[in-house]
Amino acid sequence: MFQDLSFKLDSGTALVVTGANGIGKSSLLRTLAGLVALVKGEIRLENGDAEKPAHEHAHYFGHQDAIKPALTALENLHFWQSFSSPASGANFSGGATPPMQALETLGIGHTAHLPAAYLSAGQKRRLSLSRLLITPRPVWLMDEPTSALDKASEQQLLGLMNGHLADGGMIVTATHTELALDKIQVLHLEAAEHSDQMLEEELI
Amino acid sequence: MTGWAAALFQRDLRLSVRVGGSALVGVLFFLAVVTVIPFGVGPDLNLLARIGPAILWIGALLATLLGLDRLFQADRDDGTLDLMLMAGRPLELVVLIKCAAHWTATGLPLVVAAPLLGIFLNLDPVSMAAVTATLLVGTPALTLIGAIGASLTVSMRRGGLLLAVLVVPLAIPVLIFGVSSADAAIHDPVPFLTPFLVLCALSLIAAVIGPIASATALRFASD
Amino acid sequence: MSLWDYANPTRFLRLVQIVLPWLIGLCVLFFAVGLYMAFFTAPEDYQQGDTVRIMYIHVPAAWLCMMCYSIMALSSIGTLVWKHPLADVSAKSAAPIGAAFTFMALVTGSLWGKPMWGTYWVWDARLTSVLVLLIMYLGLMTLWRTMDDPIKAGKAAAVLTLVGALNLPVIKFSVDWWNTLHQPASVVRMDGPTIHPDILWPLLVMAIAFSFLFFVIHLMAMRNEIMRRRVRALRMRAASTASLGPAGATQPAE
Repeated sequence: MFQDLSFKLDSGTALVVTGANGIGKSSLLRTLAGLVALVKGEIRLENGDAEKPAHEHAHYFGHQDAIKPALTALENLHFWQSFSSPASGANFSGGATPPMQALETLGIGHTAHLPAAYLSAGQKRRLSLSRLLITPRPVWLMDEPTSALDKASEQQLLGLMNGHLADGGMIVTATHTELALDKIQVLHLEAAEHSDQMLEEELI
Repeated sequence: MTGWAAALFQRDLRLSVRVGGSALVGVLFFLAVVTVIPFGVGPDLNLLARIGPAILWIGALLATLLGLDRLFQADRDDGTLDLMLMAGRPLELVVLIKCAAHWTATGLPLVVAAPLLGIFLNLDPVSMAAVTATLLVGTPALTLIGAIGASLTVSMRRGGLLLAVLVVPLAIPVLIFGVSSADAAIHDPVPFLTPFLVLCALSLIAAVIGPIASATALRFASD
Repeated sequence: MSLWDYANPTRFLRLVQIVLPWLIGLCVLFFAVGLYMAFFTAPEDYQQGDTVRIMYIHVPAAWLCMMCYSIMALSSIGTLVWKHPLADVSAKSAAPIGAAFTFMALVTGSLWGKPMWGTYWVWDARLTSVLVLLIMYLGLMTLWRTMDDPIKAGKAAAVLTLVGALNLPVIKFSVDWWNTLHQPASVVRMDGPTIHPDILWPLLVMAIAFSFLFFVIHLMAMRNEIMRRRVRALRMRAASTASLGPAGATQPAE
């Protein structure tokens, strides 16, 4: 899928992955998430928990919400809180937020005891987002994080992302829209000219 | 470890109880299978008593297989499976716990219903107890073996039928020893314990092979 | 040259090109000798008469359906453990051949059974095990057909093949157990009484001939599968270059 792709990200920095549709932004994030196996090369996280692979330090926030409509918002969160193992990083100081407080932060505290089936698309999105707060992990992998969010929620999201960066976390995000984040690196994916199907990278 | 395992078990159990009452559907299907057999072979009570354990076992096998296709598919469809792969928990154990929850929600009701359905088949109390006991130790093996099929067909829209085809050959030993030990309790060509212990062994083997194979298949399916 | 060098499909195809004519020659030779021996030199059975000659087809076929599964199991280990690119090509092409041999073993078995048992099918332990094996072959083939991505399908089928390989002895054991329980020692054993050299030699020659036949078909099927995958890759490349820019249109892939 990718050829000659390498980048380095410091803690407290966000990497914004851009490129045309179908170029493989989502695949890149899924590879970082450990969901797609690497053919060659490695993903390394420095100063993390030594016995864990890099992807267990990461939260993946993709197109799918991973929300069970039959469970209440709070039940959904409680499950992920006990199921996902927390991870630490050397410069990462983020802590676990209690589920209820996470819901309040995202402005959907009133839905806590409602089955998630009654939530609107935007509310589900925010519920899914609150998952990143309840288990501290230094890396956030976010695929089109702003989709299905209105302007106000987008501001909330940016606040959370900047908060995560301020805690010394890292963010890798694929997006079409401009995100006003504090510290940004951009990775622009392009189709390779000479060999088709190969993608080369450009580091700015 | 116990914390996350309990949370997963509780969640899966809650989901199967809340969504569509899958336990009830399984038992209804079981009832339907047992009901149609006498229409096929005739209402001869002696014959029914003789093949009763086999009917109950085949009914349980079919009911288990048909309920399995959503075991991992529901989690894959909404992205939960991806997050489970990243959660930092051993996937084999995750599969084992999901199977345990699934069995509790769908297999256990079948076991509980078996004595009642035995009445329709003119089973005497001893054979009723024997069938129920064999189903109790044998149906977990069916769920665990079926989990392999469920994980192989997880990415298919209509994988249910293929799942059954893939799993049935692997489930034959369980069926043979389940029915044999139930039969052994009634008219004893061999002591009851011989096939019964083999059945227990098969369940234990399935508890090892099933989770390992399905975890492997699920990892590949996420690519 | 080690086995690993043949991981390269091109090199493998070249090897097939060289080996195949020899294999075909040997296969024809062994079949000629084997069939001659089976039909003319091997003795009639004093009870079964000429029908015993079905054995020279039936036993090698039954033999091969097991060997074929073993090859698939080995290839599956190759797919899962060493990620050898030819391993799942080998497993995939072996499945239909194995199914064909299994089917042949079943048909000849039941044809043989007709004069012996008076019916085409008895739930004899061997026949039943072979029937289960046939269902497993067909299930594997279906799994391959229903998944679009050959790589994914190969991995899924490899998992199933290995689980099946672990289960086959268990299935065999339980079917034997079930059979003795229901029909205590009433069935004539398929392998007959003690094997006389006059029977054994044609049987061995036929078994070797069948094995050569298997390898010939297997290599041809692997060659076809590699070609099929190349066509698929070319088509996908054609699609992706066309979508990325007009440059791709100048060079049609096929």
